[in-house]
Amino acid sequence: MLANPYVISLMTIVLLFTFLGQSWNLMLGIGGQLSIGHALFVGLGAYSVGVLYVKYGISPWVGLLTGMILAGSVGASIAWLSFRFQVRGIYFALLTIAAAEFARIMFSGWEFVGAMQGLFFPAPTGGIEISMLRGDTRFYYFVALALAALGIIGTEFISRSYLGYVWRAMRDDESAARALGVRTFQHKILVISISAATAAAGGGVLALVQGSIFPDSIMGMGLSVDVLIGPVVGGLGTTFGPLVGSLAAIPLNHLMSALGDSLRIPGLNNITYGVVLISVVWFLPDGIWPAIVRLCKAIQAPPTAWLWQSRKVEE
Amino acid sequence: MTTLLEVENLSRSFGGLVAVKDVSFSLRAGRITALIGPNGAGKTTCFNLVAGALKPTSGRVLFEGRQIDNSPPETVCRMGIARTFQIVRPMREMSVLENAMIGAFSWTRNVSEARSKAYESLESVGLAAKAHARADQLTLPDRKMLETAKALSTRPKLLLLDEVMAGLRPTEAAGIVDVLQRLAEGGLTILLVEHVMRIVMEVASRVVVLHHGAKIAEGPPEEVVADPKVLESYLGAGFHA
Ligand SMILES: Nc1ncnc2c1ncn2[C@@H]1O[C@H](COP(=O)(O)OP(=O)(O)OP(=O)(O)O)[C@@H](O)[C@H]1O
Ligand SMILES: [Mg+2]
Repeated sequence: MLANPYVISLMTIVLLFTFLGQSWNLMLGIGGQLSIGHALFVGLGAYSVGVLYVKYGISPWVGLLTGMILAGSVGASIAWLSFRFQVRGIYFALLTIAAAEFARIMFSGWEFVGAMQGLFFPAPTGGIEISMLRGDTRFYYFVALALAALGIIGTEFISRSYLGYVWRAMRDDESAARALGVRTFQHKILVISISAATAAAGGGVLALVQGSIFPDSIMGMGLSVDVLIGPVVGGLGTTFGPLVGSLAAIPLNHLMSALGDSLRIPGLNNITYGVVLISVVWFLPDGIWPAIVRLCKAIQAPPTAWLWQSRKVEE
Repeated sequence: MTTLLEVENLSRSFGGLVAVKDVSFSLRAGRITALIGPNGAGKTTCFNLVAGALKPTSGRVLFEGRQIDNSPPETVCRMGIARTFQIVRPMREMSVLENAMIGAFSWTRNVSEARSKAYESLESVGLAAKAHARADQLTLPDRKMLETAKALSTRPKLLLLDEVMAGLRPTEAAGIVDVLQRLAEGGLTILLVEHVMRIVMEVASRVVVLHHGAKIAEGPPEEVVADPKVLESYLGAGFHA
């Protein structure tokens, strides 16, 4: 299967969005903070890698690190400002969109970063260069695979640490958590900056994979939505939800857009997306992954699922 | 005996309504004090003021001699005051055990340490057998006990209990009374809001009575129940025995 370049590229995107979904999922599914402007952080990561590499020839590793620090700080600042002034819940979510749109418009007019014309990475030479994170499609497939695996391990690790517990407590009832000594102000800033930094790492790799960066696609509302489809469809707050959701949604989207092209029905992919989202929310309100776990339990065949099932209820 | 908590001329109003009016009392370490009064007397508001959930309109709250009425709830908790919520607030999507673990994270970051403290707290309120149920599957009396267990996990010096025994069968309530007495012998100070006078008489060494936000009586339980002002306030609102 990995011989087919189309399948490889598709799986690379699935795995990258798994990772981005995990970053978003950490923030909402565990930390209880809704972002609908995650494209901001993805874009900051992409531009950090792009600008440093294309303009100065600096290794994308440095770009990734820079992007993570930048996005983490921007995330922390947005969080600090909004919670300092009691902007919460849905208003905080609106603020994340506003920030992302502001950044998109700013980058669209900023000549130094290519403005609307975008930034282009030099065409790959064919060889694999780990120090410059450059290689062919197979190479990026394995980079994306490593990133997704890291995301799963990281999510499990955080989830089982004290941070996972206090974040879930804060998600379920902020006042009750505070009464039990949880410093929710700090923890909200922490979870948001970790989520922002990991989204930036995903964005940096996404830029390398795509070979170009345009403000409208990397920082647009569409990307913010693409980031959250995986975890919402797969199962909010679960470790495997983003993977399962991305595996289900992204190939379907590609298939439908190909079908739409050949049938000359523009936007068929978007319509299908909408229908799938609505059906999942309707029939499996907690997502596909928890449903799989329930099914496995029902037929008494615990696969690896028992090991990795939803972290919502421990033990 | 040392004074653990001092409430000085505490008032709090909501718009035009004065929910707590110039209330003063102090709590001695290691004692159980009951805060009683008819519905709407201002008991829960008093708890919220002490626990940092509400800021007083005027007056002060001192804990171990330090002024705490400007501190947020998480700081007050970390100083050693734990409270339960009259309208219970379980973390719904978490297990009973996980709920009880949260309080322990105020003094440790070690998950297994928090887990064993949580078990201990659940055991003391008789919930250990339901440790792995989801918190929102518990009955209301059990949820009240979970509130108590969550608060105990913070290792408080002062425990504020807001009607946690409501809905318990008399034998169960007697069990909890036992637990509270043992905790007090161990040095814990408890301020208890309780409507069942039989429990108040049995467990409290002192009683503070609120009515329309003001303190109308304070003293040992036998004296307080004989006080005509107290009887009148209760009879007016329907006596709970
Ligand atoms: N957040 C609030 N906003 C407005 N009014 C409030 C608020 N909290 C309490 N009150 C009012 O303050 C008064 C005292 O309420 P409080 O809950 O403290 O009484 P209580 O003694 O705990 O009563 P109960 O026995 O019914 O629990 C009531 O009249 C109540 O309606
Ligand atoms: Mg009350």
